[in-house]
Formats: sequence, structure tokens, C-alpha cells
Amino acid sequence: MSDAWVVVLVVGVGTMLLKAVGPVGLAHRELPPRAERLLDLVAPAILAALVVTETFATGRSLVIDARLAGAGAAVLLVLARAPYWLIVICGALATAGVRALH
Amino acid sequence: MRRVKHTSINRAARVGIPVFPGAFAIGISFGVLARTEHFSSVAALVMSATTFAGSSQIAAVTLLGGGGGGTVAAAIVAALLLNSRYAPIGISVARAFQGRLPKRFVEAQLVVDESWALGNGDRSLILGIGAILWVLWVGGTAIGLALGSVIGDPSRYGIDGAFAALFVALLATQVGTRTRRKVAFLGAAIAAVLTPFTPAGVPIVVATAAVLVGWRRP
Repeated sequence: MSDAWVVVLVVGVGTMLLKAVGPVGLAHRELPPRAERLLDLVAPAILAALVVTETFATGRSLVIDARLAGAGAAVLLVLARAPYWLIVICGALATAGVRALH
Repeated sequence: MRRVKHTSINRAARVGIPVFPGAFAIGISFGVLARTEHFSSVAALVMSATTFAGSSQIAAVTLLGGGGGGTVAAAIVAALLLNSRYAPIGISVARAFQGRLPKRFVEAQLVVDESWALGNGDRSLILGIGAILWVLWVGGTAIGLALGSVIGDPSRYGIDGAFAALFVALLATQVGTRTRRKVAFLGAAIAAVLTPFTPAGVPIVVATAAVLVGWRRP
């Protein structure tokens, strides 16, 4: 088997198992109120972490580059209550624009 | 029954509109990349269909393409670390999933970043958006493989910036209370502090610890 296929199969099976942990392992459990409350807070925690890594991370470095223009445009548009699709398009345009200027 | 399904797909299509073009575009860029890194088309398509997680696939293919021994292990570890966030993500929506084990296993595959964040705990919405994303992702990969060099470097189009913007927009829907804002700040801080010191993916999983802010207060 080629290296590529080893990676495809191991990563594929591993990822499917990671995705299944919650819906397969915990679906029918009644959780204590505190656990429910903490699980409800997973979304802001992970999405905030993803904002940081998607905007600043390149490998193990934190860098300021054109992506910051996209994220910055998104913050302004969120404050202006713009719809999602407009925020995403402007994020791409701002990033591509800054990149083109360099 | 059929009508119910039809309406829920319509609803998913409407709610998911902002994330579909991005997923399609990243799918295309994954296909282009896989071709330049000498992945066979079948391997790339199988990876998109099973792994179905953009950043990890791109990391795996890039690391493997680097050449030399030991890169197989590096590619696998990097990709799985990047996807380890799906454990806490899946646990956070586990309550919404019912039915027999095989059904839950298959449905769990459709819980990806965007379907999870936009679906907000609504099972049919998560599955509808996830299913559409899967089709666009695998289809995009196929187009990228076919067109290859015609398209060129996808970062030219600002797709990475679109993802940063998307997560800003998704986060904005999740910070309605003081506690949730505190959790978000702490999660962002943990990710920023850890990024230089840990492999990619680890900062996001550890940032989940920010939920402990809610230990006392409702």
C-alpha cells in the first residue's frame, strides 16, 4: 500500500471515530445540569479559538497578514448587523485586496 | 415523511448559504493541491468523502508531499490533532442524536464546524447543512483534481480570509451573555498562547477548557 493510502485510511477512520465520540457515546445519557451548562459553552470557546488560529496562525507562528483584513472587515460588518453571506464575501475580498497590494 | 425531509433540506440550504461557497472553494483547492502533491485522484476523493475536514486534509497532503521518511506518521498525527476538536464538538450536540448506533455513527459524520455552529443544536438543521456541505466538498475536490493547474494558488482569492471572517460571524451569534463573552475571550487567549508551543489543533482542543468559567453560575 502506498504512503498516501496509509494516510488516507488512518486519518479517515480516526476522524470518523473522533466525530462519533459524542453522538455515539453519549446520545441517550441524561447529563447532570452542570455538565449541560458547560457543554452549552463549548461553542463560544472553540469558535473564539478558531478565529485566532484562522486569522493569525501559520504553522506554529502567530503572524499578522492579509487575513487580518478579512477578520477586521467581518468584525465591522457584524457590528453593522450585515448578513452572513455578505460578511464572508467581504472577508475574502478584503484579504485578496490586501494581498494584491503587496 | 418525504415532505418533512424536503422542507428540512430547504431550511438547511437557506441557513447554510453563507458557508456553502467557501466549502466548495476549499474543496476545489484541496483537489488542486492533492494533484500537485501526486496523490492519486481516487485517494484524494476517498479522503474527502471519509475525513471530510478541510484543514486536516490539506495539512496531511502537504506534510506527506514533503518527501522523506517519517512523513507518514507526521501527516497522520497532524491531521488527527487538527480533528481532535470534533470530540468536544460532538459531545456538545450529543443530546440531539437519537436512534440506533449505526444511524448515530453516520449522522455524526455530518457534524462539522459550519453545520455545528449554524445548526445550534437543531439536529435536522445540522444534518441538512452537513449533507449539503459533504456534496459540495467531495464535488469540489473532484473539480480541483480535474482542473488542476488551470486554477492556480487558491489563496490568491482570499479564501483563507473568508474563513477567518466566517468564524468571526459565527462567534458573534454565540456571545449573547457575559459568561459566554468571558468564555470566548478565555478560549481565544488560550489558543493564542499555545499556538507557538504545540502542534496545530492542540490549542483549539485545550481552549475548550474555557467552559469551566461556567462552573458556578448558570
